Amino acid sequence: MTDAIEIAGVRKAYGKTTALDGLDLRVASGEVHGFLGPNGSGKTTTIRILLGLLRADAGSISLLGGDPWSQATALHRRLAYVPGDVSLWPNLTGGEVIDLLGKLRGGIDPARRASLLERFELDPTVKARAYSKGNRQKVALVAALASDVELLLLDEPTSGLDPLMEAAFRACIEDERAGGRTVLLSSHILSEVEQLCDRVTIVRLGKTVETGSLADLRHLTRTSIAAELDGPPQGLDLLPGVHALDIAGNRVRCEVDTDKLTAFLRQLTAAGVRSLTSQPPTLEELFLRHYAGDEATPEQVSA
Amino acid sequence: MNTLTGTGALVKMALRRDRIMLVVWLYALTAFVASTVYGFRGLYPTAAGRVDFVNTAAHNPAFLSLYGQIYGNSLGSLTAWRDATLLSVGAGMLSIFVVVRHTRADEETGRLELIGAAVVGRQAALACALTVAVAANLVIAMIVAAAAIAFGLPAAGSVAFVAGTAGSGLVFAGIAAVAAQLAQTARSARGLAIGVLVLAFLLRAVGDSAGQGGPRWLSWLSPSGWAELDRAFGAIRWWVLTLPVAVALIAGAGGAVLAAGRDYDAGLLAQRRGPGVGSASLRSPLALAWRLQRASLLAWAIGALVYGIVIGSSAKGIGGALGSGEVRKIMARLGGQAGLTDAYLAALLSFTGLVAAGYAVSTVLRLRSEETDGHADPVLATGAGRISWGIAHVAIAAGGTAAIMALVGLGTGVGFAYRAGGGSAEVGRLLVAGLAQAPAALVIAGIATALFGLVPRASVAVSWSVLGVTVAMLLLSATLKLSHWVLDVSPFSHLPKLPGGTADPAPFIVLCLVAALLAGAGLVGLWRRDIASG
Repeated sequence: MTDAIEIAGVRKAYGKTTALDGLDLRVASGEVHGFLGPNGSGKTTTIRILLGLLRADAGSISLLGGDPWSQATALHRRLAYVPGDVSLWPNLTGGEVIDLLGKLRGGIDPARRASLLERFELDPTVKARAYSKGNRQKVALVAALASDVELLLLDEPTSGLDPLMEAAFRACIEDERAGGRTVLLSSHILSEVEQLCDRVTIVRLGKTVETGSLADLRHLTRTSIAAELDGPPQGLDLLPGVHALDIAGNRVRCEVDTDKLTAFLRQLTAAGVRSLTSQPPTLEELFLRHYAGDEATPEQVSA
Repeated sequence: MNTLTGTGALVKMALRRDRIMLVVWLYALTAFVASTVYGFRGLYPTAAGRVDFVNTAAHNPAFLSLYGQIYGNSLGSLTAWRDATLLSVGAGMLSIFVVVRHTRADEETGRLELIGAAVVGRQAALACALTVAVAANLVIAMIVAAAAIAFGLPAAGSVAFVAGTAGSGLVFAGIAAVAAQLAQTARSARGLAIGVLVLAFLLRAVGDSAGQGGPRWLSWLSPSGWAELDRAFGAIRWWVLTLPVAVALIAGAGGAVLAAGRDYDAGLLAQRRGPGVGSASLRSPLALAWRLQRASLLAWAIGALVYGIVIGSSAKGIGGALGSGEVRKIMARLGGQAGLTDAYLAALLSFTGLVAAGYAVSTVLRLRSEETDGHADPVLATGAGRISWGIAHVAIAAGGTAAIMALVGLGTGVGFAYRAGGGSAEVGRLLVAGLAQAPAALVIAGIATALFGLVPRASVAVSWSVLGVTVAMLLLSATLKLSHWVLDVSPFSHLPKLPGGTADPAPFIVLCLVAALLAGAGLVGLWRRDIASG
């Protein structure tokens, strides 16, 4: 199976500001791929390059097997896009916008349109100027999801939705996955990413810092350990991957890189373990570490 | 904390935000009056000349409807006649823009929510907007009065003159305050208030041109009428000035009452709903562009037709009004050597061509605002290509410009034939003369398209500057003898003088080709460049 999106070493600068600095992204056909990163890290720029709205300065880009710049209109008939900040023509109604975008894309499924309007509880007769941010986003979502396309490019599509509507969105994406569509989902909502995404890519400062399944990524983080031993532990500070070590008599507290746990536990059991608590890393820690860059452990970032 | 807390701070900020706009208005309105006084002084230096002029103009319904009644034949009276009603419209527009900008526009964008959450009273924004509008009108009035007095006009008359026009500014500040409460968007609030302004102008136009036995009292219903009915420079009726002040106070208070009784971001007029499904025809970039631009084109078309009828019906017997030799010479330079009536119409149609170029530029630049507002992204992310998106708006600009000029010509022909006779032959001749201006306007539209494609960031400012320079060249060519190579830069210099001149097809073909080439260059630029993000 080919990849729906294949980007390697893409660079893009606006004047002196570098937006993308060698970004890589691979999205396999049929997967839901999470695209994460702090604000200003280059997610929207990447998506706009994929849409052929921007031309990359360097790097290779393949979208559905074609070049998004030179074959834009042909490729666009096979994808749908939801911008992060949906801005609509104030004097068109939501229904008119949905139909217009659908027709420009080459057709819209009326039955699916009707069921999506119901699912998202959207009134299509309201003029766009009267819609809230969440309702504008629903217009773009209905227009995108009602089209019969292979790929969905969603740029923070739920940032204005209430929790009920977000649940409706998740259900829709589950359906899309079941229907074999590919989804690139840029998001800040960790539970959404955890529930929906097969794999994620984390970007920071225009570069890819991590990519893989969530299980892979968890493996790269630290586990918190608290233990009470039979006697004072020996040589823990000499072990690799042990951080924030705090020894008070027979008690030990520290954080251990998850892939260095075996050696650490061996050393602990050598001293005799009376009690042991270990806390697995949360997704939140994982993202915070990557978002903030965590300069203290550069080997992890590059891992 | 009372309802006005924070007004002072808001006024300071508003003055800072408006500092350039207010200075431009001040300059434009002052220059308008100064140039009128200066012009009349040069054209009719003697009392006898002015009497001749007044006798002609006072019986010309087109002049009466456009400018109003003449009260006296002094230089001041002529100035007040020529400027009072137009200046009152200008002052009204200024007030509407200022008041809506600091009330409904800020509310619509959410800026007022941020401000309202600080230590700011509920009515502070409205009070600030009215303060700025009133202050702007008073300052402008004082400076215009000073300029008039400096030109040697009587002081009392000058004060009555500017008080009348500023009165209209105050009235429309109040009306805009009401409109900003009724409508939910800045656009419709401005639309409502400008609608009242247009109605006021029309009431006065009908009243002033009604003649004996007609509904002359209509002028008394209009703030624009009050601006002339105080008879500045004639037998001044100071009491008339109490009308605008009273109406302004009532309207302003009404706005405050309405504002106190409604929720933030709510309008008192319900938002209308629309169709829940798109019409079958709304399926292409061209259909979308037409949908977005049709209301503006319709308004322009109506304005063009009405304006054409006014200038056409004012042309009969224009020779008398253009008594002195100097005016004839200017008209001949602008309009050609043929009969004076043709020269007059050709000069006015030439100005109309520039105005139509303004329509063309604003229509082409819609592409840029669609791009920067983030409306282009979703369209260009579909099967619609950039080129068809660009061509759609450019095509409407081109077609609209041609339609506007054809309607101006048609209106001129109908108005002229109605007053002076000549039947369908005159109508046809003037229709062609109007349409003949379109190719030059299209060149300006082509320049705007090229700028949009090649230097998008600068396109808005430079396009309007190009139009401004073209207008300046036409105005200067009327009074100065600029060397030909300077004037030849303007596409309007290459048009034959119509009606009256000989219509050689070559310049039209060349101008249309130049326009097409410029538009093509712009589309190529659009095809190659990045689309700006919203």
